[in-house]
Amino acid sequence: MAAETKETGKMHARPLSPHLQIYRPQFTSVLSITHRITGVALAVGTLLLVWWLAAAALGEAAYARVGAFIDSPIGLLLLFGWSLALFYHLGNGIRHLFWDAGRGFDLPTAEKSGYAVIAFALAATLVAWVIGLAVLGGR
Amino acid sequence: MATIGKKSLRSDLGRVRGLGSAKDGTHHWWGQRVTAIALVPLTIWFVASIVGLAGAPLTALKAWVASPVVAVLLLALIVAVFQHARLGLQVVIEDYVHDEAVKIASLLAMNAAALLLGGVAALSILKLAFGG
Repeated sequence: MAAETKETGKMHARPLSPHLQIYRPQFTSVLSITHRITGVALAVGTLLLVWWLAAAALGEAAYARVGAFIDSPIGLLLLFGWSLALFYHLGNGIRHLFWDAGRGFDLPTAEKSGYAVIAFALAATLVAWVIGLAVLGGR
Repeated sequence: MATIGKKSLRSDLGRVRGLGSAKDGTHHWWGQRVTAIALVPLTIWFVASIVGLAGAPLTALKAWVASPVVAVLLLALIVAVFQHARLGLQVVIEDYVHDEAVKIASLLAMNAAALLLGGVAALSILKLAFGG
């Protein structure tokens, strides 16, 4: 990692700064890495979005296949995970935009907004699924 | 070269060009924010719409996308989603992949995937919109 080549061509190891593992995870740092993890997960989740759109464009048989996948236990679990990740990333993304505008970056506010993001993600996921399942049940 | 007595270490030419060592300036940063801001309303609209379409037959989905407003919003969503994902994944790859060859290969593959997936999604929306 911090290796450098000497004039002789030999590598010599530079001292490393204290590494990730020795830091105690803090609330704000956990939220930060969760933003990145949910972002990557959502990028993978676009596969389902594209499959769904392409299947709809292809016709009834393909649309029925993607529908059957979403209805399966694994499909529902993935969709639930992606909806939670989406609402988290959305809420925390707005938190980031406030920081970019220079607001709410002090630690007490950042911790409060962090709790607000978690509450929003859980509540929005719950509401979306309650309504979605109600719509499904009404068909 | 900067003249003696100046506080900045940047050369005059570097300052005028204002693009830094990556030759890209704040373009990446802005692109990530602009797409983020666009995605706030687009995502809320999309999620609310598909929650309402839960378990809907294909005919209902087609009727929904047949509206020009819906089709254009879906296309805007797809462009913003894949541009935002592309810019975000680029930073993740640059942060964690240290081998130069693997890094460049990963960036190329990720960009190609984003472009192709976005293209498939966009064309599917157009086909649905035009009643295909």
